Amino acid sequence: MRFGGLTAVHDLSFNAHSREITAIIGPNGAGKTTVFNCLTGFYKPSIGRLTMHVNGEALLLERMDGFRIARQAGIARTFQNIRLFAGMTVLENLIVAQHNLLMSASMFSIAGLFGLPRYRSAEQAAVERARHWLDKVGLTERADTRAGTLPYGAQRRLEIARALCAGPALLCLDEPAAGLNPRESAELNALLLAIRAEQEVGILLIEHDMRVVMGISDRIIVLDYGRKIADGTPAAVRADPNVIKAYLGEDEVETLPGSLATDLR
Amino acid sequence: MTAASGRAVGNSTVATVDWAAFLKDAVIAAMVATLLALPLVGVETYDVGGGALGIRTHFDRVAIAAAAVFAGRLALQIRQRFLRRGESRITAILSRLTAWGNRQALRLTIAGIAFAAALPFLPFSSRYLIDLATTVLIYVMLGWGLNVVVGLAGLLDLGYVAFYAVGAYTFALSARDLGLTFWQALPLSGLVAASFGVILGFPVLRLRGDYLAIVTLGFGEIIRIVLLNWSPVTGGPNGISDIPRPSFFGLPFARSAPEGVTTFHQFFGLEFSPNQRVTYIYFVILTLALVTNLFTLRLRRLPIGRAWEALREDEVACRALGINPTNVKLSAFGIGAMLGGFAGCFFATRQGFISPESFTFIESATILAIVVLGGMGSQMGVVLAAILLVTLPEFGRAFAEFRMLIFGAAMVAIMVWRPRGLLAHREPSLLLAPRSTRGSWP
Repeated sequence: MRFGGLTAVHDLSFNAHSREITAIIGPNGAGKTTVFNCLTGFYKPSIGRLTMHVNGEALLLERMDGFRIARQAGIARTFQNIRLFAGMTVLENLIVAQHNLLMSASMFSIAGLFGLPRYRSAEQAAVERARHWLDKVGLTERADTRAGTLPYGAQRRLEIARALCAGPALLCLDEPAAGLNPRESAELNALLLAIRAEQEVGILLIEHDMRVVMGISDRIIVLDYGRKIADGTPAAVRADPNVIKAYLGEDEVETLPGSLATDLR
Repeated sequence: MTAASGRAVGNSTVATVDWAAFLKDAVIAAMVATLLALPLVGVETYDVGGGALGIRTHFDRVAIAAAAVFAGRLALQIRQRFLRRGESRITAILSRLTAWGNRQALRLTIAGIAFAAALPFLPFSSRYLIDLATTVLIYVMLGWGLNVVVGLAGLLDLGYVAFYAVGAYTFALSARDLGLTFWQALPLSGLVAASFGVILGFPVLRLRGDYLAIVTLGFGEIIRIVLLNWSPVTGGPNGISDIPRPSFFGLPFARSAPEGVTTFHQFFGLEFSPNQRVTYIYFVILTLALVTNLFTLRLRRLPIGRAWEALREDEVACRALGINPTNVKLSAFGIGAMLGGFAGCFFATRQGFISPESFTFIESATILAIVVLGGMGSQMGVVLAAILLVTLPEFGRAFAEFRMLIFGAAMVAIMVWRPRGLLAHREPSLLLAPRSTRGSWP
């Protein structure tokens, strides 16, 4: 992916699988969010191909409009700086995520206008699905509060729940643990592991928090200056000297305090 | 904000007043006032004769203006300094009133509708009052239509009068050339206006905020200028007259009718009175307005309405959830325009005559003011704001020259007291745990 003279992501190639958690890590500026933006249609990659295999079809993402990627390819994402519908309630946020389903069920709202039962049952089903995810992320009591008034951790969880309500095949999480304390990070881990176990969905995440990355990833891809420098299981990546060098620089590894050094090794 | 010198103990007024800062602020305000007053008040042109203009100066008026601003600014500073922190008494009373109003929302709405329905039959009603109420209801309907575009979807439309005009002219032209009646032309007006709404929507899809406002303003002006200049079709500045009035299920409201046609008063055995048609027209707009309201309330609860509100909140997030922003915007423009078209059709039949004069930018601005004043997205707020904006100049008529001054002062008062609009609370369209009592206004 090139921006003018700057190559943000160079020759990157990787696979992410359903029912697996794949993490993309790397120093700031390595191009991680750029990869996400290419995947979810915010940028069109300069060269290369992004293929999403869903429902037996292979869809070429670089040819699709942003919203179509979410709708047809089933890719949902969360954002680094949370993008909720702040003025709407928690429940409404989750219902909006099921917009396309409800639109087709209501024939573009016309069936709903006349109060036809097919829309009413579709809306009921949507509320049930929302309730399911509210229970999962622990926000049921706050379903009717304005999303903008929720505390930060709750907003992050709501964003994940909203992405899941859209029924995706691939869930892209952009720094889901940013700003969370250790207890909340552990809860996030539990949530993501539960999602992996129960849903037919692949999880792709960008993260800096090593507790989360090492704790739950099946596969880690390490980027540095737009290039892939490692791709493997957590254990393999932990031991990879290229990774250690990229994160800390060669000379500084020796001067690390003991616990931090072991964290990375 | 000036900082007071001396001690400030909590909310008390013990601290000394910072006269130096206050005076400096008041002097600056007075200087600005002088600069403004010089061209506005200080010089006056008069006719010398023979087409030439002379200039008279009124520097004494400029001095009075500057002095008034100086004194007023100083008074404002002092009042703010000595005000107890938190709400003033007036604001507290008004807040309690609004809270009470919120709790009684449903009852008050029913009472309001009942009052509106009974209005023509009340003892103090008159033709003037019914006419005024009809005008208010037209603006209420326009406000609700624009509310869809601006309040719900968050698309700043400054050219809404274009759809109003399209609706009116569609009816006028179809009555003149195709012989359609009001009720026949009503859906046609809505359809044509909706098409124009979608046509407007396409070029403005990528525009935001100010740019969107300017382009929509331009669209409004384009429509008006086309109507003004396309004389062979629209009659140009002369407009179109002899627009048929609505009939009551085929019974016309006339004193006498051609052979074989019964008039309204003949059918019901009443004395003919021009008030009959006026009252009937009032009920037509009341019905149209109520239907518009129910329609938009319903839409808010449907996926399309939620998509509008989501688009207003965050378009990027909408795209990330698979919602097509293009379709959402076009539907907002289209449906908002359709409602404006209905109102335009009614306007044509009420007046019997239309011309481009009635569809200027000021109308768009007034309707937008009603929506913003009422609180974006609030249905009831639009009603209150429409009542305020239509009746205030009417009351001001008694004050002749001071009319616009009072109007302007009222607007400033609203902006200071309620910057977010009269009823800016947003009621959620869906609740997981439904409340047993209605919480607030729609």
